[in-house]
Amino acid sequence: MIRHGHGITCDVHIYEKIKQMKLKKSLAISETGFVFDPSTGDSYTVNPIGLEIIQLLKVGKNLKSITKIMTQTYDVDHNTFERYYYDFLGMLKQMQLVTLDD
Amino acid sequence: MNKKPFERPVIKKVTAGMPSKFGLQVHHEPITEIDGVPVQSLLDQFGSPLFIYSEKTIRNTYKEAYRAFSSRYPNVLFSWSYKTNYLNAICNTFHQEGSWAEVVSGFEYKKALANGVKGDQIIFNGPQKTRNDLLLAVKNESLIHIDHFDELYELIEISKESDFKPKVAIRINMDIGIYPAWDRFGFNYENGEAWDALNRIMHCKTLELTGLHTHIGTYIMSAEPYKVAATKMSDLALGLARKYNHHILYIDMGGGFASKNTLKGGYYPGTDTTPSFDDYAEAIVSVLMKAEFQPDHLPLLILETGRALIDDAGYLAGTVVANKRLADGQRASILDAGVNLLFTSFWYDHDIRPAKPMSDQTEETAIFFLFFMNIDVIRKNTIFPLLKKGDPFVIQRVGAYNNTQWMQFITMRPNVVLIDMNSDVHVIRKEETVDTMNQLEATPEHLKVF
Ligand SMILES: Cc1ncc(COP(=O)(O)O)c(C=O)c1O
Repeated sequence: MIRHGHGITCDVHIYEKIKQMKLKKSLAISETGFVFDPSTGDSYTVNPIGLEIIQLLKVGKNLKSITKIMTQTYDVDHNTFERYYYDFLGMLKQMQLVTLDD
Repeated sequence: MNKKPFERPVIKKVTAGMPSKFGLQVHHEPITEIDGVPVQSLLDQFGSPLFIYSEKTIRNTYKEAYRAFSSRYPNVLFSWSYKTNYLNAICNTFHQEGSWAEVVSGFEYKKALANGVKGDQIIFNGPQKTRNDLLLAVKNESLIHIDHFDELYELIEISKESDFKPKVAIRINMDIGIYPAWDRFGFNYENGEAWDALNRIMHCKTLELTGLHTHIGTYIMSAEPYKVAATKMSDLALGLARKYNHHILYIDMGGGFASKNTLKGGYYPGTDTTPSFDDYAEAIVSVLMKAEFQPDHLPLLILETGRALIDDAGYLAGTVVANKRLADGQRASILDAGVNLLFTSFWYDHDIRPAKPMSDQTEETAIFFLFFMNIDVIRKNTIFPLLKKGDPFVIQRVGAYNNTQWMQFITMRPNVVLIDMNSDVHVIRKEETVDTMNQLEATPEHLKVF
C-alpha cells in the first residue's frame, strides 16, 4: 500500500499483479465471442472489444502494446482505455480465466 | 483515419442451467441468401421444405481438403463415400474434382457405374457384397476391400474360375484408444487376425493384394487417433514388404473427419472444436513420412472422407407452420421439416436460422415438425428468434447422410436443388408425388372395389 498525497490509499499491488497476469492456456476462444474454460466447464460470452483484448492477451501482448493497438483502432484515449482494461482484467481474474504463472 | 466507436469490454458467464452453446447463438444471424440466391425466392419457386446444395461450397471444401493432404504428401486420392450422399449431381461434382467412388453395396456400386465412374476407380467396401456383386466387381477390376474370412474364401473361389485376377485389400480394425471401438468390420490388428488374412492372400496365386484399408469411425473429434491408425497400417505394409517383398500400392485411411456441426450435449460448438483438414492431414502424413517406406514404394494415400466434405454445402430451408404454447407455458415452433428429412437431428444440435432479418429478441423454444409425435423434436430447447407463422428458416450443415437416410413418412420427400457456380439453380432430385409412391404399389384385383 502506498499513501497518496491527498490521503487516498490505493492497492498498487493489485495493479502490478494484473499487469503480470496471463490468460489461461487451456481456454477455448471462438471468433464469435465465446470462451470456454475446460478446467471448470464454465462458458462465457464476451463482446467484440473484450474478445479483441482476450485475443491479444492470448498471443502474449502486454498492457502497453494492447493499449497502443486499441487506441489506434478505437475512438478512446489512453487513460479511459486503461481504466476499462483494468476493470475487464478484474473480471477475468474473478472468473479465474487469468493466472499469474503460465 | 476514422476510428471505430469504443464500447466497454464485457464478459458474461453463461448462466447455470442453460447449455453453454446458447452463448454463441444469441444473435441468430439470419441466412437470407445462399450463393446470392434469396432463400425466400427458392421456397416460392421450388416449394417448402427444400434441400439446397451449393456447388461452390462443395468444390471449395474439396479443394481445401485436397490441398491439406497434397501439400504434405506426394500421392493422395479422395474416393467419394456414396453412402454419405449419393445424389448423382453431388457425386459427379466430386468426380469432376478427381474423386473416385467408394461404395458399400450393390446398389451404390451400380449407381457409381451409371454415373460413369470407371470400374477400376471404384472401391467396394462393406460386409454384405453378394456373389453377383463380387462377380461384377471382379470383371470390372474394381478394388475389393475384403471384410471377413467368408468373403475372402468366396473371392478365392471366384478367382479360380475367373480370367481376372481380383484386386483386393483387407479392411483392418484396431484399437485406437477411442470408444466404442469399431470392431464389427474387418480383420483385427491386435489379435493377429489381419496377418492371418494377409498371409492367406499372399499364398493365393489368383488374388492380387493391392492395398490396406481401415475406417476408424465417424465424427472423430481429434486428429490423434489417426496417428495411431496410420502407425499400425504402416507397420502392416512394411511387414508385407519384409516378409514377401510385396509392396502394396495404397493405404486407405477411410473417412471419419468431423464436420463443424455441434454434437448433442456437446459443451461447445463444433465450429470451435472440430479439427481442420490440416490437423488430420498432419497426423496421418507425419506418420507415413516417418515410416520406413522406400521412396519408390511410398504408398498412395486414399481418403474416403464423407461428412466433412459435404455437410457444409447442404441446407434445409422451410417454413414455420405455427407457434404454440405447450401446457407448461413453453413456446413451441412447428416447422414443415422434421426428423424424417433430418435424420442427423438425432446426433446434432442443428443450427436453425431465420431466413429473413429479425430483431435480436429471442425466447427459449422447442422446435417441432409438423406432425406431433413425441420423438419428432429437432431441438428440445433452443434460444430462437421470434418467428411467426409463414416465416422462412434455414438449417445449415445438413449435406451429409440426410439425403441418404431420409424417410418418406406421412408426407413426401421434397425437391432438392443445386445452386451452380454461376448461381443458376437446378433441381437435382424431383419432389415425390402421390404417383411416385403409388407407382410402386399393386392392389390385387379383388381389393380394388369396395
Ligand atoms: C468404409 C467407410 N468409408 C467412409 C465413410 C465415410 O465416413 P465419414 O462420413 O465419417 O467421413 C464411412 C462411413 O461410415 C465408411 O463406413
